[in-house]
Amino acid sequence: MRQLLKGNYAVAEGARLCRVKVISAYPITPQTSIVERLSEICASGELDAKFIKVESEHSAMATLVGASSAGVRAFTATSSNGLLLMHEVLHWVAGARLPIVMTNVNRAVSAGWNIWADQTDSISQRDTGWLQIYCESSQEVLDSVIMAYRLAEKILMPVMLTYDAFFLSHTTEVVDVPDIERVDEFLPPYRPDFKLDIDNPRMFGGLISPDYFYEHRYTVHKASLEALNYYPEVCREFKDVFGREYDVTEEYQIDDAELVVVTAGTITSVARITVDKMREAGKKIGLMKLRVFRPTPVELWRNVLGKVAKVVVIDRNLSPGLGGVFANEIQAALYPLQTRPLIYPVVAGLGGRDVTPADIEGIINHALSSDDPAGAPLFWGLKQ
Amino acid sequence: MERTTQKMIEIPRDVMTGEELWQPGVLSCQGCGASLALKLALKGLGRRTVVVIPACCMSIIVGSYPYSASQVPLLHVPFETAAAAASGIRAALDVRGEKDVVVMAWAGDGGTFDIGLQALSGAAERNDDILYVCYDNEAYMNTGIQRSGATPAGAWTTTTPGEAIKEEPKKDIEKIMLSHGIPYMATASVAYPADIYTKFSKARSIKGTKFIHMLSPCPPGWQIDSADSIKVSRMATQSKVFPIYEVEDGKYTINVYPEKEVAVGEYMKAQGRFRYIADDTVNAAQELTNNKWRELTGLADRKS
Repeated sequence: MRQLLKGNYAVAEGARLCRVKVISAYPITPQTSIVERLSEICASGELDAKFIKVESEHSAMATLVGASSAGVRAFTATSSNGLLLMHEVLHWVAGARLPIVMTNVNRAVSAGWNIWADQTDSISQRDTGWLQIYCESSQEVLDSVIMAYRLAEKILMPVMLTYDAFFLSHTTEVVDVPDIERVDEFLPPYRPDFKLDIDNPRMFGGLISPDYFYEHRYTVHKASLEALNYYPEVCREFKDVFGREYDVTEEYQIDDAELVVVTAGTITSVARITVDKMREAGKKIGLMKLRVFRPTPVELWRNVLGKVAKVVVIDRNLSPGLGGVFANEIQAALYPLQTRPLIYPVVAGLGGRDVTPADIEGIINHALSSDDPAGAPLFWGLKQ
Repeated sequence: MERTTQKMIEIPRDVMTGEELWQPGVLSCQGCGASLALKLALKGLGRRTVVVIPACCMSIIVGSYPYSASQVPLLHVPFETAAAAASGIRAALDVRGEKDVVVMAWAGDGGTFDIGLQALSGAAERNDDILYVCYDNEAYMNTGIQRSGATPAGAWTTTTPGEAIKEEPKKDIEKIMLSHGIPYMATASVAYPADIYTKFSKARSIKGTKFIHMLSPCPPGWQIDSADSIKVSRMATQSKVFPIYEVEDGKYTINVYPEKEVAVGEYMKAQGRFRYIADDTVNAAQELTNNKWRELTGLADRKS
């Protein structure tokens, strides 16, 4: 059924359709309307779930450690400082191989206070072991929640879905909300082989000596990489049932492109129309949208980007002292290739600064006019 | 040898013969109160129990992969998350229809008085149906004896060395927990095993947040002979430093009226950790203890 939903309500619908059993969350702008909506649908009985209204995000994730270990489907949502407060438990969840799904509204990190779009929050959690998938539209967010549980529960790894503050969290779009019966067909109930079970008592998460820990960590790494094989399968099946197409990345106008722009999140929508416009003017521009960022699709990036002359990577995140993280990782991924594109790292739109079609065109023209990316990021739109 | 002549008292038959859910061969120190307490607690709770353990001595004691001493399901969780994780398990078990299974968080004093207090307060405020036990050895013993909010005034620890002995009295965790209005709060001690058994049996049948404060002697941390850990624990109760009582729906009951009285200074002198204590600190501790005992006896119904 087609409905008008803002990004946050699309998330709540996704959680409802997945019949999550335990929700634990703490309010933070701009995630709050997810918590409100989930409270309503739990209270009304539309969703038969226990919603634990905890006293912090740290406890939100810790509560889900308990719930997921006890073998039920668990969900939370957060943003920015809330995500950062979870940091310790995020590592724990991935190490414990708990298939928790969380949505994170990408918001800038303090100080100073800024509640607007910026991906530095989720980027700073890239080494926790959580799979990360960046979303561009309300429809994609809803669909991605459903696909995330399929992925997470197959490979036993947690999945973080992210999308931009306000540009998506609070923007209303037309969303096709699938029938829950069809979601049931796509996503069977979660029945783990191992859980806290009094009939089969086991201990989870205890001390591991140096004789075993290395191998344990390696299995976590392998499980993450397994997503690169399994996620395309999930996407194909999703398309068969629901008709909408997703993949590890999205390529747009890539085949004859001489320059490819790489984006994640809502900047992608702006970049797509800019590509169309510049193509009309005869410029061979393409677009690669990052979706799955962890595990890192190194081979895919090489295949898509290795052939083109120039790659522009736009980062709405900043690792101070380094630059944009997507650009850094793409540079590293392409480095072993014998012939590499010129890679132009660009930082733009931090803290909710708008990135317009004119900005994207300016960034692309800058790269087209220069054959020396210089290595250092271009800080686009920075006031002098 | 006082140890060999000491009688085993107050241990009823069901404590001795109850199902053993905590296996021998654990990695605790000799004379460890924590391991003994957990063994007795599980006898009181029975097999339909899930245990949550945050970072503490017990994370080590239970065994290293692939071994475990626990015969009930056990989940290790980060330091400050015992109560939150227990709430999550509770919710999941309720969803699974296993409402009779008890979820017990078993945390040290650092994980309860200090780093885990926020999550514990949250769970208690929600009155989540969990049993939270703080086994209190009065310092961060697993990391090698550092002061916590549970360390009494006058105690030596590695972070309150001889020149800077802890001056602040122990945080009153019992009042903190009672102020949440929880249905059951009790103290217990390994010196009174039958009382432990009774309280855990009772806690299993009470709905809502239950909190049990368990005094748990630590021979290396308290600097006592491992053979004396029960004796010193008993002195804690005899001196009224650690009264054994319970509060059920606001009703106070003192469970142990000491058979003999011991001065607070005598209890302290039995432990090497108090060797630097000044006389006026001992006097202040005695006065604080007197006041608390007076308050407690005033609240308790002696006739029950």
